[in-house]
Amino acid sequence: MLSTVVFWIAAALAVAGAIGVVVTENPVHTALSLVLTMLALGVLFLLLHAEFLAVVEVLVYAGAVMVLFLFVVTLLMAGVKPPKEEHRLRLAYQTLIAGLFGLILFVLVLHGMASAGWMSTLAGPSAGTFGTIASFGTALFTQYLLPFELTAVVLLIAVIGVVVLAREQS
Amino acid sequence: MLTVIIVLVKGLITAVLLLAAFGIMTWVERKVLARFQFRPGPNRLGPLGILQFLADGLKLVFKEEIIPTAADRVVYLMAPLISLVAALVAFAVIPWGPPIHLFGQTIPMEIGGPNIGILFVFAVTSLGVYGIILGGWASSNKYSLLGGLRSTAQVISYELAMGLAVTGVLIAAGSADLNTIVAKQYHLWFIVPQIVGFLIYIITMVAETNRTPFDLPEAENELVAGYHTEYTGLKWAMYMMAEYINMITVSGLATTLFLGGWHGPWLPPELWFLIKVALFMYFFIWIRATLPRLRYDRLMAFGWKVLLPVALLNTLATAVWVAVR
Repeated sequence: MLSTVVFWIAAALAVAGAIGVVVTENPVHTALSLVLTMLALGVLFLLLHAEFLAVVEVLVYAGAVMVLFLFVVTLLMAGVKPPKEEHRLRLAYQTLIAGLFGLILFVLVLHGMASAGWMSTLAGPSAGTFGTIASFGTALFTQYLLPFELTAVVLLIAVIGVVVLAREQS
Repeated sequence: MLTVIIVLVKGLITAVLLLAAFGIMTWVERKVLARFQFRPGPNRLGPLGILQFLADGLKLVFKEEIIPTAADRVVYLMAPLISLVAALVAFAVIPWGPPIHLFGQTIPMEIGGPNIGILFVFAVTSLGVYGIILGGWASSNKYSLLGGLRSTAQVISYELAMGLAVTGVLIAAGSADLNTIVAKQYHLWFIVPQIVGFLIYIITMVAETNRTPFDLPEAENELVAGYHTEYTGLKWAMYMMAEYINMITVSGLATTLFLGGWHGPWLPPELWFLIKVALFMYFFIWIRATLPRLRYDRLMAFGWKVLLPVALLNTLATAVWVAVR
């Protein structure tokens, strides 16, 4: 009962944040809307007993990535005025394309829901070992070892790239 | 329903206690700092001037609220709230005593004890930085903005070393649940096997709370008052509350992770917890009175080139030790 209430509040906030990202014109407000969506998603993960994923969502995305976004935005946007009307018109076709992609995504989601049997009575994962750090780690290092290691290699490449780029600058 | 009521009551009690501790702490800090500098400190109101914090609070309530014309109103008003809420919520999972038995219910002392305990604290405190960067940005003041940006860079850099220092404890205890970590320290506090982690933690905890010698975000000789230059009255007080409650939280976490939590002989566990936290709080004031402020580039270099590698090595060594044992 309580979890249903929490779900609807978090879901509404997530959607509100997503709309805010598109609608707001000030980049700082946009970033904050995205943070709202991420926090709401964290709550939704918690409702699914995915504790670790919920915390990582907040810690990494809201707590680190978006803070760095804000860092750059506030630093670069200081004194920059909002775009003029002609610039906005030049970008008008983007609304159309974005709308199209949004529609495609929405159809895909509907399809997914339909194939799962709409309001399915399938019981969600129950509390217990699911979603704990231990079960998460075990899955990562056994079942999903290859993708995990590949991701590690990609991250390593990114780190080396950063070092090389930083050296060239100085 | 009963559990919801219990959690709400516990939340209310904890919040009131933390805010009371903030008030008393401001008095303690002024008094101890004064002693370090051979002056009496506040001594007019109440015995030893202990009621000074009430007078200060009253003054702040009645102070004129000034919002800069160029400020982004909503964000400007929201920023101190974010800082304060994040500070209050982070303390929620720290166990400050063994569970108590009341009316046939077993009630843990912390508000909530998820098995991701430590990570929860980190997740919430990492949100607290929004209060600072947004406060700095929304004020439309270059000094505020620079203070906010500095703080962001500092907190993110030192958060990494702090997280890795805590990882050592996490591996040694084999759990991220704070109650389990406390229980594992029944015979030996983690400060002994994790001494390197402990040293890194206490350095980073000072940096994370923006206290001297790491108080670059509000370095008054170059940035006026940093991110809270444009804040007055209660909104400024909220930033102060957040800072002091964060100090209490990181001290509580240090106690839980390295000093055996509420464990201790003879005295009641809650009192032991209080004593250990008080020791860390005294440490905060002590180094504030002793050490000068670092230069900004040295602060960043120290965090990235010294603390982070050492913390990584410590994590590695702990992992090897646990695997071999």
